[in-house]
Amino acid sequence: MDYFLSEEQQMIVDIARQITDEKIVPLRAELDEKHQFPREILNDIARADLFGVPIPEEFGGFGGGCFDIVLALEQFGRGCIGVGTAFAASSLGIYPILISGSDEQKKEYLPDVATGKRFAAFGLTEANAGSDASGIQTTAVLDGDEWVLNGTKQWITNGGEAQIYTVVAMTDRSKGARGASMFIVEEGDPGFTCGHKEKKMGIRASSTTELIFKDCRIPSDRIIGRRGTGFITVMKTLDSSRPGIAALAVGLAQGALDEAASYAKQRVQFGKPIVAFQAVQHMLADMAIGIEAARSLVYGAAKHIDAHKGDMSKVSSMCKVFATDVAMKVTTDAVQVMGGYGYMCEYPVEKMMRDAKILQIYEGTNQIQRNVVGQELNKEYARLK
Amino acid sequence: MNIIVCIKQVPDAKDVRLDPKTNTLSREGVQSIMNPYDQHAVEEAVRIRESLGGEVTVLTMGPPQAEAVLRQAISCGADHGVLVSDRAFAGADTWATSYTLARAIATLGSFELVLCGKQAIDGDTAQVGPGLAMRLDMPFVTCIQKVREASETGMVVERMMDDGYDVIKVTYPVLLTVVKDLNEPRVPSLKGTMKAKKAVIKTLTAADIKAESALIGLSGSPTKVVKVFPPEPRGERCMLTGTVDEQVEQLVVKLRPYLP
Ligand SMILES: Cc1cc2nc3c(=O)[nH]c(=O)nc-3n(C[C@H](O)[C@H](O)[C@H](O)COP(=O)(O)OP(=O)(O)OC[C@H]3O[C@@H](n4cnc5c(N)ncnc54)[C@H](O)[C@@H]3O)c2cc1C
Repeated sequence: MDYFLSEEQQMIVDIARQITDEKIVPLRAELDEKHQFPREILNDIARADLFGVPIPEEFGGFGGGCFDIVLALEQFGRGCIGVGTAFAASSLGIYPILISGSDEQKKEYLPDVATGKRFAAFGLTEANAGSDASGIQTTAVLDGDEWVLNGTKQWITNGGEAQIYTVVAMTDRSKGARGASMFIVEEGDPGFTCGHKEKKMGIRASSTTELIFKDCRIPSDRIIGRRGTGFITVMKTLDSSRPGIAALAVGLAQGALDEAASYAKQRVQFGKPIVAFQAVQHMLADMAIGIEAARSLVYGAAKHIDAHKGDMSKVSSMCKVFATDVAMKVTTDAVQVMGGYGYMCEYPVEKMMRDAKILQIYEGTNQIQRNVVGQELNKEYARLK
Repeated sequence: MNIIVCIKQVPDAKDVRLDPKTNTLSREGVQSIMNPYDQHAVEEAVRIRESLGGEVTVLTMGPPQAEAVLRQAISCGADHGVLVSDRAFAGADTWATSYTLARAIATLGSFELVLCGKQAIDGDTAQVGPGLAMRLDMPFVTCIQKVREASETGMVVERMMDDGYDVIKVTYPVLLTVVKDLNEPRVPSLKGTMKAKKAVIKTLTAADIKAESALIGLSGSPTKVVKVFPPEPRGERCMLTGTVDEQVEQLVVKLRPYLP
């Protein structure tokens, strides 16, 4: 379908497609097998200026919006969402600075992220704080002109690989959700280390680790925004970034359909290519229908977010749920279309199916996204009365 | 450090077919690409510029649509593109081409380093680089597989040989032709692509470069193509399939007639 992209948007697609086909696809199986971080590929992406897409021009970026980043992520997703996640998590890590950071912080961090000189990561989740982020136990206490952080974050994407970490800590536990603040922690700060790298079902090219703060001291100007505004920044950050996860899902599903459809044309059983059987054809048709519907919703949501910054929670959650559920279904069906061959590691669809699952879990589970949509509907219809 | 890279637009080898009747390349519907070796030359030039400063100019002789490869090179980091284009250049062989490129380079100024791909994949002669060096009165080294060092005063390069490589120290000016092992060309960047779209491509005609008409195009080309033909196939191939035991069995059956 033609989405009438502008010339600049088409450039982003073309560059991201070339990186995907030439750099990501040939390496993805090996990265998956070895749990290997795709540093070289990320350097290629950096040299192509794509880390700069969401960063304003005055800070060395391209000044693009949600839709621009979605277009790039869709292409990367088609190749490997492990690589795509590593890329997306760096954007996620700097959104708090983009959204609530001071001018000095923007000048200090954004240009390096735009050129790929430094990567970023976003640290919210803890052992006892998953969907319920208000349960976080990491604390930050002001001591003279330094903040002292204590606590442990878990499952942080780009842990150990990033140089810039934006993390949430409680600055006043008595105030509950209004007692959380966000901070910038840099690799090498005293008292900050990354824990062991998790072994995962999928997205193995991405690194997932603990962030451990033991009397970690950082200068007082590393707080992002005002004290107590941590959760507001977190919510805005995730609302802005979720369409990116949805875009990875669209790309992944497209990649799986491409594999399954071309296989179905070649594989002969009962004297015919299996694509001639209606049961197979209908599976492929449903895959294509789901993907195009998801793509339309993600593009639409991203454009809405670019135009209406204050009103993005619902569309952001809707596109995340829909596209990631489609990706799970499509990758599962791609394995089905390919039968036993689809189940074998020589073919890429088993990895795609393993990878797809994370999309329904991270950046807020799909249950939580449905809660958000439901709550928003509740508010909207209350207003109508 | 001013570098010039000579590049060529060629038909994509993946798409090219030989017309069985006329034995000529049928280029209809065939995509044009930048000669693959030249992509490595552009990449190396950009890397040297990134470390030593200066400018990278890409140069091509070809029809107006060859401009596309100049823009592609700019999107990958080159600074300027120059198109040498004139009906009078049509039909040039490597002799006339190297003359024309040399005239164009003389018009553009002075360059410490000239880079060319080892050969173009359509003609596969590998003659233009060395021919151009002779015309420019420059030393040259062919088949560079690695640049060990590049400084303001000279370079240390590796020349690929059949049985290893030579390490050669060169001073400027010098012309180098490169092979694919040299580097991995980058993907175009977003800023580069925007720059390439807006870039003004300088066009030079036969008059602009003060070329002698007897030395350019068909009339300046002593090479005459007598015959083009597809080479004889190298005998039939067949793939054996099945388990190892089955394959061995099939192989024995095939070999038996040849045994004494
Ligand atoms: C590979 C990976 C990478 C990650 N990267 C990051 C990162 O970079 N930064 C970061 O901060 N976090 C990251 N996370 C954490 C991720 O965001 C959380 O795992 C996610 O938010 C869910 O939290 P949980 O796993 O603790 O599940 P839980 O919150 O324990 O949920 C368990 C189940 O209960 C359901 N549930 C919980 N509450 C409700 C409710 N109110 N209504 C309905 N259902 C509910 C959930 O939907 C889920 O099905 C990552 C996780 C993984 C696995």
